[in-house]
Amino acid sequence: MTLDIDLITSMGPELLRAAGVTLSTWLCGALAALVLGFVVAVARRYGPSFLNPILRAYVELMRGTPFLIQLFLLYYGGPFVGISLDPIPAGLLGLSVYGAAYFSEIFRAGFEAVPRGHIEAGECLGLSRTQIVVRIMLPEMTMLILPAGVNMMIIMLKETAVLSFITVPELTFKISQIGSANYAFVESLFLLACIYWGLVELCSHLGYLAESKVRKYGLSHA
Amino acid sequence: MTKYAITVEGLSKSFGPTQVLHGVDLRIEEGQVTCLIGPSGSGKSTLLRCMAFLEEASAGMITINGQPLGFDTLPGGERRRLAPEQIRVVRAQIGMCFQQFNLWPHMTALGNVSEALKTVKKIAKPEAEERAMVQLKKVGLEARAGHYPSQLSGGQQQRVAIARALALEPKIMLFDEPTSSLDPELTGEVLNVMRSLAQDGMTMVVVSHEIGFAASMGSKIAFLDHGKLLLEGTPQQVFGKPRHPRLDQFLDTYLDRGAAMLV
Repeated sequence: MTLDIDLITSMGPELLRAAGVTLSTWLCGALAALVLGFVVAVARRYGPSFLNPILRAYVELMRGTPFLIQLFLLYYGGPFVGISLDPIPAGLLGLSVYGAAYFSEIFRAGFEAVPRGHIEAGECLGLSRTQIVVRIMLPEMTMLILPAGVNMMIIMLKETAVLSFITVPELTFKISQIGSANYAFVESLFLLACIYWGLVELCSHLGYLAESKVRKYGLSHA
Repeated sequence: MTKYAITVEGLSKSFGPTQVLHGVDLRIEEGQVTCLIGPSGSGKSTLLRCMAFLEEASAGMITINGQPLGFDTLPGGERRRLAPEQIRVVRAQIGMCFQQFNLWPHMTALGNVSEALKTVKKIAKPEAEERAMVQLKKVGLEARAGHYPSQLSGGQQQRVAIARALALEPKIMLFDEPTSSLDPELTGEVLNVMRSLAQDGMTMVVVSHEIGFAASMGSKIAFLDHGKLLLEGTPQQVFGKPRHPRLDQFLDTYLDRGAAMLV
């Protein structure tokens, strides 16, 4: 197998643009998923009780069906219910709604892991519920949910490849195009795998860095 | 008329089908140290947690310096939950210390003590930290201000927790088995801090297995058994002979363990 270097260099600018699309859909989608997931977790914990079964059903549905099917339903089924979106907005929306379900479960586990007594100590000192969540629970659970959070970030990065099915011009889409135009499938897929792997390595290293930053507090609650 | 810091009237509490407190009446006088003792499951911790409004009583009433805590009794005898703001004001007069210290692990000792000054009292950071430092000095830990809880011994953590509660200048301090998770050497340093607090005239309610501390520091001993207040009085009245047979039985378990520190 030989990798056609000339082919890659000539496609350079286009590949860079595609990498930009992958990175930005990933980061925007993950950020939106993080925020939405937190809102869902807070609503399930503190919101009115009728919300809980609805949000639970949402989480189960998102986790119980393949992302590809969800994306197809949104992109091709959306217009039937009046939601017509371009590929990139559809991809972003799909990615964030999908990721939020997982993030909400990570946050839920985090909320439950904060010792009851740490919350009671805040209540006794007169902190409001919002202050307890923001000042005590969130920072405390960050140490606990960081590995699971980084995991989810990595999964979402790889899921951006699925956006190629709805013609989002990201890396997988572009490289498949180049591959089929030049009959260089193996080379292009190999290159693609290398790029994803590189990005994932970068992400997990940032994760370890963040972990070592919070480790000084000690993970124990002694 | 004596001024009562806390009055507990007909307090009952159930967890599901289990009733843990059966109509407890108790009066805590200002400036006194009241020790709640009794076997495990006697309801002493639950009683204390009701006074901190960490548990809501099923029936009965608690007043703090004359103001109802959490619930009000209407003329018809019906109980009504008070507004959150009202609850907060009454609760602010109470400081609480836990068996597990419950320091926030992501904040330094100084951060733990100054947190409520900043967020609840809305005091600017420099002044809040200055005030927090005064409290840390009081418990002898000003040199440890920058340490995180995981870098402190159990005894030091509990002293920081006491400083944290004192920072809001409560009128009453509640202690829920403050030394139960400490070894004897560290127990001493925490008891010393509590002793000096008592000498400063702080009203204190202490749930403790330290019978020696109760006997020497308590102005009043309340002995609970099966959710009822069985005995109440000065240490001499309660521990002196003739002793109530149930208390004798309870104290025997201490003597069995070789802790012959009693009267």
